[in-house]
Amino acid sequence: MNRLEVIVADPVTTVQDRGRFGVQRFGLPPSGAMDRGALAAANVLVGNELDAAAIEVGPFGAEFAARHGAVRVAIAGAVRAITRNGETVPVNHSLVLADGERLRIGPAREGVFSYLAIEGGISGEPVFGSLAVNSRAGLGSPYPRPLAAGDSIAVQAPRPLSCEVRLDLDDAEPHAAIRVVLGPQDDEFDAATTAVLFDSTWTVSAASDRMGYRLDGPRLVHRDGHNIVSDGTVTGSIQVPGSGHPIVLMPDRGTTGGYPKIATVISADLGRLAQIRVGGTLRFRAVGIAEAQAAARRHAAQLASLSSRIRNAESGLDLAALQSANVAGNAVNAVEPATWQAAADHADQELTDRDEP
Amino acid sequence: MTSPPRILPNGDTALTVEFGRSIDEAVNRTVLAFDRAVAAAAIAGICETVPTYRSLLVHYDPLQIDFAALGERLLALARQPLAPIATTRRWRVPVAYGGEFGIDLEDVARARGLTPDAVIARHTAGDYFVAMVGFTPGFAYLSGLDPALATPRRASPRIETPAGTIHIGGQQAAIQCLAGPSGWHLLGRTPVRTFHPHRDPVFLIAPGDAVSFRAIEPAEFAELDRAAALGEIVAELVAP
Repeated sequence: MNRLEVIVADPVTTVQDRGRFGVQRFGLPPSGAMDRGALAAANVLVGNELDAAAIEVGPFGAEFAARHGAVRVAIAGAVRAITRNGETVPVNHSLVLADGERLRIGPAREGVFSYLAIEGGISGEPVFGSLAVNSRAGLGSPYPRPLAAGDSIAVQAPRPLSCEVRLDLDDAEPHAAIRVVLGPQDDEFDAATTAVLFDSTWTVSAASDRMGYRLDGPRLVHRDGHNIVSDGTVTGSIQVPGSGHPIVLMPDRGTTGGYPKIATVISADLGRLAQIRVGGTLRFRAVGIAEAQAAARRHAAQLASLSSRIRNAESGLDLAALQSANVAGNAVNAVEPATWQAAADHADQELTDRDEP
Repeated sequence: MTSPPRILPNGDTALTVEFGRSIDEAVNRTVLAFDRAVAAAAIAGICETVPTYRSLLVHYDPLQIDFAALGERLLALARQPLAPIATTRRWRVPVAYGGEFGIDLEDVARARGLTPDAVIARHTAGDYFVAMVGFTPGFAYLSGLDPALATPRRASPRIETPAGTIHIGGQQAAIQCLAGPSGWHLLGRTPVRTFHPHRDPVFLIAPGDAVSFRAIEPAEFAELDRAAALGEIVAELVAP
């Protein structure tokens, strides 16, 4: 069976997907991709489900080789140099690794995590519906730990290889403030301290990992001590321990915690936060819940529309539109969008006509 | 009777239904009863819930239900009379106390003016209730510690305590399944895996279960530990 062999891997390179849900009441965190938007982009390029398992490559990079046949892959996320057998290949493209060819993913120049998606998915045994690695809990498949040299990833369902495609992504705003909703324990802090959260520039500390991003900056002072009776946490909870330096909880977090949580990063901004490097800076901006939920809907719509942004890597053709327009064999001018709809309407009509007895 | 709960946001994908702010068995039982009522109500958009000592965290899908609508439904549910929770499962958990298994046993005994044997006797005589499971997989927080054993937590936490640690901190008792940091006092170790990724069931103990402890010798620990590593359930399920 077609496989991808690990030649070298950054120590935090793990298999991740959407994560596992439903067992936080037993203390098991969801895990899953740090940047779900980038995971979705890599997956859509190889025709997988948006949340399918992919290889999350850490900041230092990794190298892979195709074995037992060709493997079609795509990489999205952090900005880095990527080469196939020494020749540069672009990010946000699908590409085919012929048997024995090597894919080198260099150190991240901007961002932290990249996602290497494999057409046909990663073969493994899901636990609670997920292959996501949580090394602490000994979970994840095919290996319940970070990937290491010599590991071999089997393609779950190899498909005939199609042409190389690319994804046109909007320019993100990497430096926009990270949006948060105050609470659930913002009343453990006075107004002056809450203002410090929003008026300061925070630096991501070297002690950050998949459990939490520790932020250096001014000390946030508790109104009444730093111990609360433990309650539940979410990915994005900003807890403030005794040191006064906030920690944003990430997908491998503890499911409950005993420090007050002053605010929560909104779900639409979690991926952008995850891509801020050690030593990188950020600011927070407060939004209301209605605005946070509108952002969540926009974010979901953007992910759902990723497949409409796929283009043939060489010609720039809009493949999804072309495919739907050509459903009844109509040849259309794919670089002139007006002809697509006309052709699609015509094809629909033809299909309808054919259904008539 | 507790006052009506507060609804607190956790970003755009979760909310906390807070019944109290302290460790109080009546509050905890209300949380667990409410958790069951929420499950029975099967509200569309709720993904999962996490009951704790004092609150219920409700994870939801903002594409299916918004904060205000969900908050109102939950408050309405909390105003209904809640069926009291009955303990349905009672586990007897074997523990090897003292020595290398419980390096703080003698210190706790000295601090409480008891002999180590008296500490073990009081700890095994206890009737515990699983108030919550959280922090790490299978970490069970137990209420019902004998007040004579209550000991403030250590000034500096240990970076790593072994898997299966049985410990106490303040008025709390716990079973820690995985190795991890802890500022509590180690009385012993159990071979029982409350979480085992390759066993069915993966999780043994749930919030609302009852637990008692049984003292075992190192030889029995070694034997049970081998069986548990292979996926056997070495805790005894006793009649409620």
